[in-house]
Amino acid sequence: MTSLLVIIVLVLLAVALWQLTKIFDLTQEGSHSDSSQVATDNDNNVQGYLMFGFLAFIYIFTIYGLFKWGNLVLHTPAAEHGATVDNLMNITWILIFTVQAITQVLLHYFAFKYRGKKDQKALYFADNNKLEAVWSVIPAVVLAGLILYGLYAWTNIMFVDEEEDTIVIELYAQQFKWSARYSGEDNVLGKANVRFIEGVNTLGVDIADPYSQDDIVVSELHIPKGKKVHFKMRSQDVLHSAYMPHFRAQMNCVPGMVTEFAFTPIYTTAEYRELPFMVEKVANINALRAKKSIQLVAVGETALDPYTFDYLLLCNKICGASHYNMQMKVIVDTPEDYAKWLKEQTLLVQDVKNANTAEPVEGATAKDSTSTKDTASVAKIAMK
Amino acid sequence: MSAEGHDHGHDHEHEHHHKETFITKYIFSIDHKMIAKQYLITGIIMGIIGVGMSMLFRMQLAWPEESFKIFNILLGDKFAPNGVMANDIYLALVTIHGTIMVFFVLTAGLSGTFSNLLIPLQIGARDMASGFMNMISYWLFFLSSVIMVCSLFVEAGPASAGWTIYPPLSALPQAIPGSGMGMTLWLVSVAIFIGSSLMGSLSCVVTVINLRTKGMSMTRLPLTIWAFFVTAIIGIVSFPVLLSAALLLIMDRSFGTSFFLSDIYIAGEVLHYQGGSPVLFEHLFWFLGHPEVYIVLLPALGITSEIIATNSRKPIFGYRAMIMSILAIAFLSTIVWGHHMFISGMNPFLGSVFTFTTLLIAIPSAVKAFNYITTLWKGNLQLNPAMLFSIGLVSTFITGGLTGIILGDSTLDINVHDTYFVVAHFHLVMGISALYGMFAGIYHWFPKMFGRMLNKNLGYVHFWVTAICAYGVFFPMHFIGLAGLPRRYYTNTNFPLFDDLQNVNVLITTFALIGGAFQLVFLYNFFSSIFYGKKAVQNPWKSNTLEWTAPVEHIHGNWPGEIPHVHRWPYDYSNPLHEEDFVPQNVPMKEGEEVLHH
Repeated sequence: MTSLLVIIVLVLLAVALWQLTKIFDLTQEGSHSDSSQVATDNDNNVQGYLMFGFLAFIYIFTIYGLFKWGNLVLHTPAAEHGATVDNLMNITWILIFTVQAITQVLLHYFAFKYRGKKDQKALYFADNNKLEAVWSVIPAVVLAGLILYGLYAWTNIMFVDEEEDTIVIELYAQQFKWSARYSGEDNVLGKANVRFIEGVNTLGVDIADPYSQDDIVVSELHIPKGKKVHFKMRSQDVLHSAYMPHFRAQMNCVPGMVTEFAFTPIYTTAEYRELPFMVEKVANINALRAKKSIQLVAVGETALDPYTFDYLLLCNKICGASHYNMQMKVIVDTPEDYAKWLKEQTLLVQDVKNANTAEPVEGATAKDSTSTKDTASVAKIAMK
Repeated sequence: MSAEGHDHGHDHEHEHHHKETFITKYIFSIDHKMIAKQYLITGIIMGIIGVGMSMLFRMQLAWPEESFKIFNILLGDKFAPNGVMANDIYLALVTIHGTIMVFFVLTAGLSGTFSNLLIPLQIGARDMASGFMNMISYWLFFLSSVIMVCSLFVEAGPASAGWTIYPPLSALPQAIPGSGMGMTLWLVSVAIFIGSSLMGSLSCVVTVINLRTKGMSMTRLPLTIWAFFVTAIIGIVSFPVLLSAALLLIMDRSFGTSFFLSDIYIAGEVLHYQGGSPVLFEHLFWFLGHPEVYIVLLPALGITSEIIATNSRKPIFGYRAMIMSILAIAFLSTIVWGHHMFISGMNPFLGSVFTFTTLLIAIPSAVKAFNYITTLWKGNLQLNPAMLFSIGLVSTFITGGLTGIILGDSTLDINVHDTYFVVAHFHLVMGISALYGMFAGIYHWFPKMFGRMLNKNLGYVHFWVTAICAYGVFFPMHFIGLAGLPRRYYTNTNFPLFDDLQNVNVLITTFALIGGAFQLVFLYNFFSSIFYGKKAVQNPWKSNTLEWTAPVEHIHGNWPGEIPHVHRWPYDYSNPLHEEDFVPQNVPMKEGEEVLHH
């Protein structure tokens, strides 16, 4: 309701201002000459000062924004390569703010300083090759530096050395849920294609492939701290994008091909929760949630749960109606906890076998598995 | 309406006086000035729809899943039961907002209006090279607008796969309801739009090359014409690629081919598609999509070059450098499309190449920005609304352009790709800037179009509120993008992680609603001034270009007598050899005056 009120106020405000200008016009009614809509010295004066005021507005708004919203921005990267990314980002920001500060001052200050006056004549100044060379060469040199640093970082991040000792994990996207497949002891994922999708085998893994015998499918991603994880992404229906903002990681999942991204986590979930900035952020969020809960309870709805931080994998490519709710929890464990957790998971081949023995009649005619069986098995996987 | 009657290639005295009926004058007109007005008014109507949509989804983002009566009234019971916006119509609104603003308002509305109006008038021609093709171009645009608007009323809802319509989402109605009939109409509409745009561009290029008046060499062309000319060339090079992408997508959707689709399992069954790739579509789409940014932006920059010079009462600084930078931007714009696809799954090596070419664009852009600022220096600035919007454009062009250094850098793009940071960036650098260019053009050439003046005080109010709101909307948006908030989310309430961004979203929406509401000031000013505005004098801004030598009353063929000849470049403002602070292009050189090779 308050929002509606806000809108009404805004509309009224608009009407009021509009009326004001109408009145302003009427006061000028005396001058009916044709050039009355051309800027006069008085207009130039007023608008010149407003330009100066606008410069102040941009500056104050920027500084206000940096203080007020600066802490909302993603903080300490949770992956090894994140430091390089953030470093490059910071350098770029310094450059941007410098250029922005200088050019906006010049632009608006000139607009104020040289506002038109009747007896003033502009300087006939049409060209200066030296000046133009200066502002072509300076950006060129600065950009060359940025490009070199950027390309160096990009190459290091994106090209995964196949020889390197990594953990291979498949991220699997479908409307509107994520799954992960661990390659098991052989560290090689079994072959897969959507044409193998059947019953509990929702990822379409080729069960006959020797490499898939030790594969494990889960719906919550666990990764160990300090070990490079090599993600291979697949999608079964539309484009999705695996976005893990805290790890500075993102890659699209494309039906019909396998995409990849690799990074090394450097904070366990527990450690990241303890970082001072995160403690503060979570406290702030919980304060906001508590406030909202009071409102909710007042209208008879249930209060919001308090929030604890978890790494997330979000979908960041429009993928359908529930795109806004396609997420998976990511948990970074210590290597020991990770090994323990992994041991507790059942192998995919075992799941398939169990599903088949549970319903032997349908197992025999698995080709046309009924939809009821599908949902039951999907639910079973989702429960893990 | 014989085509020969309008053969303006030769400098005939234009004595033909057709009996013009209402239909030939106002509807199926082949006069470039009328066609320009038709483009403008259609563009404005589409703009009202496009901006209106953004108001609706901004409200949903600020006050998620709250009930608003207006939603129910506008979207109906199906898409807004009890006034709560449904999630699929949210995506549809975002999609159609993008499509309408990019293609219908800022391509056709901006280029269509001003290149049609200004090319013949500023180069000294009786009309565009082919008036008939020009008329067809407008009517195809009109048809495609009608189809796009009709698609809003399809039962399953309009296209909702984002304005980039990436398959498979856009190809499979099973994936999203909007990909049924709504998407079909979207594709048909855009295909017709491309036809219209190609005809318009061809006619523009041919006119500029062939119909310049005596003395109007290429280096005496106003920068507006350079911008329209180069824009038309970019359009001719890149729009056909989008057309082919659209046609292949239609094949995939309706005839079972597999250009963009492969290995798909959806709604419980495996589809037959095999061997296609959505990445191919992305390449084809962005081969237009990126030049499109400049198709939108260059005309706006051309318009402001002209307005800033006129109202600074100074020559545009570095005329040749401005032309070179337009050409450089045009060339580079066709080889940078891959920066939209750094994380699409294409080979990272390609990413390196596109980072390199993309950041190069910053150089000509910087030249343009600095040249504008230098033009203001020691000028005698006439700060009328057109000038304010032009200065505003330079401001947002810099602010928005600078964050492009982040997005164009593949390493940094990894983490901000498809977040609100991108939304903030491109709205400032192409959305707001191009809109400012369009507004500047309207305020400046309204007297030329309608023979009357716009009210300047309403113009001032319009500019200042718009300028503050534009920064108010898009500056905070950078922060929520850097916080990792993905775009195209119906609501963020499923992510407690983003709860602290909600206040910022409310602020953004508040600014958006105020800014949106104040566009009504412009609309009132525009439509009332057409009928009740003060009568314009022939050259109200004391400008040098040829259009102001034509009479206020529109006549077929533009000039009653002979077409004026051109003796000088268009930027002789405050030339010390002349009394007046402007010297129109058709004024012969004085004795002893040197020909400036600018």
